[in-house]
Amino acid sequence: MTEKRVGRVRFMDQQRVNLDGFAHEDAALGLVAMSSPADPVPSLVVRDGHVVEMDGRPAEEFDTLDALVAAHGIDLEIAEEAMALEDVALARLFVDPAVSRSEVVRLVAGTTPAKLARVVTLLRPPELTMAMTKLRARRTPSNQAHVTNRLDDPLLLAADAATAAAFGFREIETTVPVLADAPSNAVAVTVGAAVASPGVLVQCSVEEAMELEMGIRGLVSYAETVSLYGTESVFVDGDDTPYSKAILAAAYASRGVKMRVSSGAGAEVLMGGAEGCSMLYLESRCVSLARALGVQGVQNGGIDGASVAASVPGGVKELMAENVMVMARNLEACTGNDALMSESDVRRTSRTLPILLAGSDYVTSGFGSIQRYDNMFGPSQWNAEDIDDWLAMQRDWGVDGGLRTASPDDIAQLRRDAAEACRDVYRWLGLADFTDEHVELAVDAVGSKDLGDPDPMVVLGAANTIRSSGLGSLEVARALQECGYDAAAGRVLAMLAARVHGDHLQTAAIFDESMNVLSLVTDPNDYAGPGTGYEPSPERQAEIDAVRQARGVEDLRADQEEWATNAFDVVGAAEQGSDPREVVIGVSPGVGRTVWRTLSGLPVVEVLRELLAGLEEEGCKARVVRVNSTLDLGMVGLQAARLSGSGIGIGLQGKGTALIHRRDLPPLANLELYSMAPVITPALYRLLGSNAGRHAKGATPVPARNPYTDEAIEARYHTSVIALVALERRCVDRALGNEHLQVTL
Amino acid sequence: MTKAFSGRDSGELDLDRLSAEELGADDVRIHPDTLRAQAEVARRHANPQLAANFARAAELALLPEAEVLALYEALRPHRATGEELDALAARLEGVPAPLCAELVREAAAVYARRGLLA
Repeated sequence: MTEKRVGRVRFMDQQRVNLDGFAHEDAALGLVAMSSPADPVPSLVVRDGHVVEMDGRPAEEFDTLDALVAAHGIDLEIAEEAMALEDVALARLFVDPAVSRSEVVRLVAGTTPAKLARVVTLLRPPELTMAMTKLRARRTPSNQAHVTNRLDDPLLLAADAATAAAFGFREIETTVPVLADAPSNAVAVTVGAAVASPGVLVQCSVEEAMELEMGIRGLVSYAETVSLYGTESVFVDGDDTPYSKAILAAAYASRGVKMRVSSGAGAEVLMGGAEGCSMLYLESRCVSLARALGVQGVQNGGIDGASVAASVPGGVKELMAENVMVMARNLEACTGNDALMSESDVRRTSRTLPILLAGSDYVTSGFGSIQRYDNMFGPSQWNAEDIDDWLAMQRDWGVDGGLRTASPDDIAQLRRDAAEACRDVYRWLGLADFTDEHVELAVDAVGSKDLGDPDPMVVLGAANTIRSSGLGSLEVARALQECGYDAAAGRVLAMLAARVHGDHLQTAAIFDESMNVLSLVTDPNDYAGPGTGYEPSPERQAEIDAVRQARGVEDLRADQEEWATNAFDVVGAAEQGSDPREVVIGVSPGVGRTVWRTLSGLPVVEVLRELLAGLEEEGCKARVVRVNSTLDLGMVGLQAARLSGSGIGIGLQGKGTALIHRRDLPPLANLELYSMAPVITPALYRLLGSNAGRHAKGATPVPARNPYTDEAIEARYHTSVIALVALERRCVDRALGNEHLQVTL
Repeated sequence: MTKAFSGRDSGELDLDRLSAEELGADDVRIHPDTLRAQAEVARRHANPQLAANFARAAELALLPEAEVLALYEALRPHRATGEELDALAARLEGVPAPLCAELVREAAAVYARRGLLA
């Protein structure tokens, strides 16, 4: 019998991290991150220019993965040198900034899957971060978004694609809940992205054959959901072989379509086909295969099986190691973000932060830029609710995570332009007719739940028309032009022209907003230690730094100005009081000049009303004096106490902090202090007034408790405090002395 | 400037010609020569496998959409017999697409050993 758990444990049990599953390692099931007894010992035997044994397996026992990797994936001229290197010696080259990326790439080309897995297993987390910084292909980091919704609503897809592009995503991936809708989604996202920005790559992830068909017809500009698996049995269950994937890779390139494959830990475990091997070793097979197939990039490290990896010890490290293997094999890395790995924001952040800091070709593959419920891939690791967090993290660390702030006005305008352009294009192409009301709903929608209940047959009809008529991006460009969207038409046409050039087929290619291709070829990563490698340009750094929430003193001055009143009149110089029942309320220099409202949102006049009412309840006389010589609360209170007939004074700063002082106390002492200005209520100010009165009379005050909060009150208000202090300081004037104020309540 | 599959100069892909309805699908389709040039770039950037893929793609660039889709379908597991794959390879030789033909023959041999033929 387990007795009831004590409160401390019950409390821990309730935390969100305990919704996550944590598994014991189980090598037989493949539930082990980086090293399993069944993982082979690295080996490579070459005879007459052919691999006759690889990773302990003779050629006659090669499965299809081994066969393709052995025949095409290993640089046999380097192999002897690379395989002879100690694992730890090779691992050190990954980290050593004095050794160039190209040297690591050269050696890794001669390694077998088991060898590379063993090498990256030796890298500790900061070393993985260093390796990623140095080994990613493209110098400039970038980012990719999911744009989907559960209705496949074209107008919302267009508005959300424009929004994603506005936030800086350079690739947009859509998919469908209803397979047949796919061509419509591709068109809607293409239109929305083109309205917002030149050069955004667009993909529609569906079953392999249909995705290929859309690529060939020019409805999408890249393909990604070309899945690889680490064992042959799971591969065949997925209705493909390494050879069919090789043809698929050539097929996409044959039409100028960029393509990467998708793999990642956990898929084999989930399908019961891990064959007892570790996740890292199986993924190393996938990465070797990707290189052997001749694809330019891999999306891995946190795809569908991310939470499987994260359930075992070292699993999150394994996910990052997968990405580093891709980079070391000289391929584009789309570092996985597809699956929500944890219910815990802390674990989510912990898992992604090293990659954000290191930088990746795509820092997140599939940032869920839309609502979680609208993400038809399932919720991502990072989602729409995290965009501002992402922007803040970029700014905190001064790193480029691929995103930028978009102003609320720009987002509103782009969403409207995109939804209207999509509506007009669908109408012009005879695909569907959407109402003005539908446009309005899509523009303002947080997600598809805000659209009501549109007829699903409309989208299906549009998709069928696109597919049966063979309509492609050229027709979409033409429609945009006919409907008066010349800029967007030009952008769709420019993406088609890019297919003719083929420069974006090279490794890790994206387009910048001037349609320059940034890739391994044109923008190679040249990191070689401090002072080298990618630095954001001054313009880009300004984008990273300029979050829309940032405020300055002038913003706050204008805010305060809106609350200005003529309630404060200067009667004259403040004189020494003599009435033993008098309590003086001293206010700081800015009150009634630059500061009108406290941090809690109460006007200063209201605070004074409460203080005066409290004093009146105790039968005391009150006088309000502005202390112009200092903005220190203790000194303001002490000055008030010294002017007061009773020797008791109240000090009040414009931001709302308040205290009771007595004329014989040192400046930094006090009788009662309310320091938490943002959470002081009118009732507490009244209590402070009445307690000051009791002190004046020699009666016993009622102890006031400072209000409690578990919120990050300082994070929320410190910038305002700094600005308010600056406003107060502008009013400090020792020569002016203390002024008696008449306050109109 | 690069020439498209149709032979049209890519510099001519502009809005004026779009609105005059002068542009067709082959004007925005990549030319095999361009893929071969991209293969050379990939080779110079330490990725001979990517180069080989572009070389195969240059061959497939000549094939119509339906034949490309059919080729992929034939290489999926348990779709084709050894004889059918041999015939496919022979057809590819005639395109000419010798590199793709070679890949199909290699696949046929591995499939036979691994039980992945129809």
